Amino acid sequence: MKRRQFINSIGAGAGLTALGLSAGCATVGGGSKGKVVVIGGGFSGATAAKYIRMWSEGAIAVTLVEPNPMFVSCPISNLVLGGVKQMADITTSYDNLKGRHGIQMVRDTVVAVDTAKRTVTLAGGSTLPYDRLIVSPGIDFMYDKIPGLNNADAQSKVMHAWKAGAQTATLRKQLEAMPDGGVFAMSVPLGPYRCPPGPYERACQIAGYFKREKPRSKVVLFDANKDVVSKGKLFKKAWADHYSGYIDYRPNHKVIDVDVQTKTLKFDFNDDMKANVLNVIPEMRAGTIARTAGLATLDNRWCEVDFLTFESKAQKNVHVLGDSIQGAPGMPKSGHMANQHGKTCAAAVVAMMTGQEVPSSPVYANTCYSFVTADEVVHVASVHSYDVEKKTMLAVKGAGGLTPEANKLEGVYAMNWAQNIWSDMLA
Amino acid sequence: MSLRKLASTAGAALLLLTANAVSAQDLQVKQWASACANCHGTNGKAVGAAPALAGQPAAELIKKMAAYKAGAVPVTIMHQIAKGYTDAQIEAMAAFFAAQK
Repeated sequence: MKRRQFINSIGAGAGLTALGLSAGCATVGGGSKGKVVVIGGGFSGATAAKYIRMWSEGAIAVTLVEPNPMFVSCPISNLVLGGVKQMADITTSYDNLKGRHGIQMVRDTVVAVDTAKRTVTLAGGSTLPYDRLIVSPGIDFMYDKIPGLNNADAQSKVMHAWKAGAQTATLRKQLEAMPDGGVFAMSVPLGPYRCPPGPYERACQIAGYFKREKPRSKVVLFDANKDVVSKGKLFKKAWADHYSGYIDYRPNHKVIDVDVQTKTLKFDFNDDMKANVLNVIPEMRAGTIARTAGLATLDNRWCEVDFLTFESKAQKNVHVLGDSIQGAPGMPKSGHMANQHGKTCAAAVVAMMTGQEVPSSPVYANTCYSFVTADEVVHVASVHSYDVEKKTMLAVKGAGGLTPEANKLEGVYAMNWAQNIWSDMLA
Repeated sequence: MSLRKLASTAGAALLLLTANAVSAQDLQVKQWASACANCHGTNGKAVGAAPALAGQPAAELIKKMAAYKAGAVPVTIMHQIAKGYTDAQIEAMAAFFAAQK
């Protein structure tokens, strides 16, 4: 597409100025400095794609391979499960990445990486060449550890809803269909898992739904960990203040099997538990392509990276971002963190592909808001800075912290966060 | 990469002479400033309830961050974030946002 055509196609050149984009940035294709392929359009991949285009001023061509037609956000998806928000509220189009940023969108799945030839092969059969590859496939579930769920039919009945989308919508329908007086049983896996406070927020949101509409029902939360993994005091206070009799929290309960027919959870040391609706969140590992490409250097589970560039410790010219990586100390697997990975990697990739020095002192923050009611929120924040000696990101001492008490002002800020981060990756 | 190593390759040396090539310093500052985007929008152009940073006078932003750091104003989260940055980093980021139109 020619520049003029492009400007006409989005309506007005003034729009570009208002958005703060240079016309060069938005020209489709480009690529005088080479080509980047990004696998996965989540919080890290979409962000990296957009920022490489912005910061290279269109000099690097970017192709983003993503199987889903729209982006559906995990953050805020627990509010959909609770009936406070709708699927449309957490769904965003990928159109602006193409229209405003000139990213080539390919709706497909990468099934193989050839690091010698620097190509990726798509499920559709074609191959794409790259100068640098960014692998950001998120997480996969270790169903092999739960025999009863280790088949497609079982997985179509028992939701994880830990990747937002069809799973979220189905679990919501199951909750709506559940009779009052029913039991909703969910399980939390051993860490590290995506979104440490997520399960406890989910318990709040579903208990809130029961309290409003099915007051004889309850949530039983089985946690493989020995205590609430994140924001423990704040969640326990919310459970006591708002959901007494609605949430039954049971730590040290590790699900080892599921009988899908009878909707029964089985544990390593405890009695079986039958429920009306099950929500089993299995243990996690890096997304399939990260492992088959030989990037999951830690226990064939997580990918180790150089924290200045996010380049894989196993493969040159290949970067890994987001939940697939072995995080630095105190670095959670969160959408916020993944977005920061995307930008830090983008700066390094632009530097390397245009012959500049890679930024040597990255600093970024993590902010994680959790809704304990429909409108009250708690947060945990941290700031992470590169440590030259230890060659990793470390939490800055004295910075970060928790909300003292759940409050509605942060409910407003939490939605502000969601709007801005979605916009930062996709607008 | 050291500057000497960088200049030793002909292609890279040519780049250094190219007018529109951004400096390493710029990319470092952009990386720092981009961390604010999650709540304050890409390049500080906010889309929600949080204040926009783009186009704010640098002195104003520096003053605010210093107050957050000192715990001098009641805020929900910025006192925790501000403490993670050095004064030099804050000054560089403030200059970046001030320059955003």
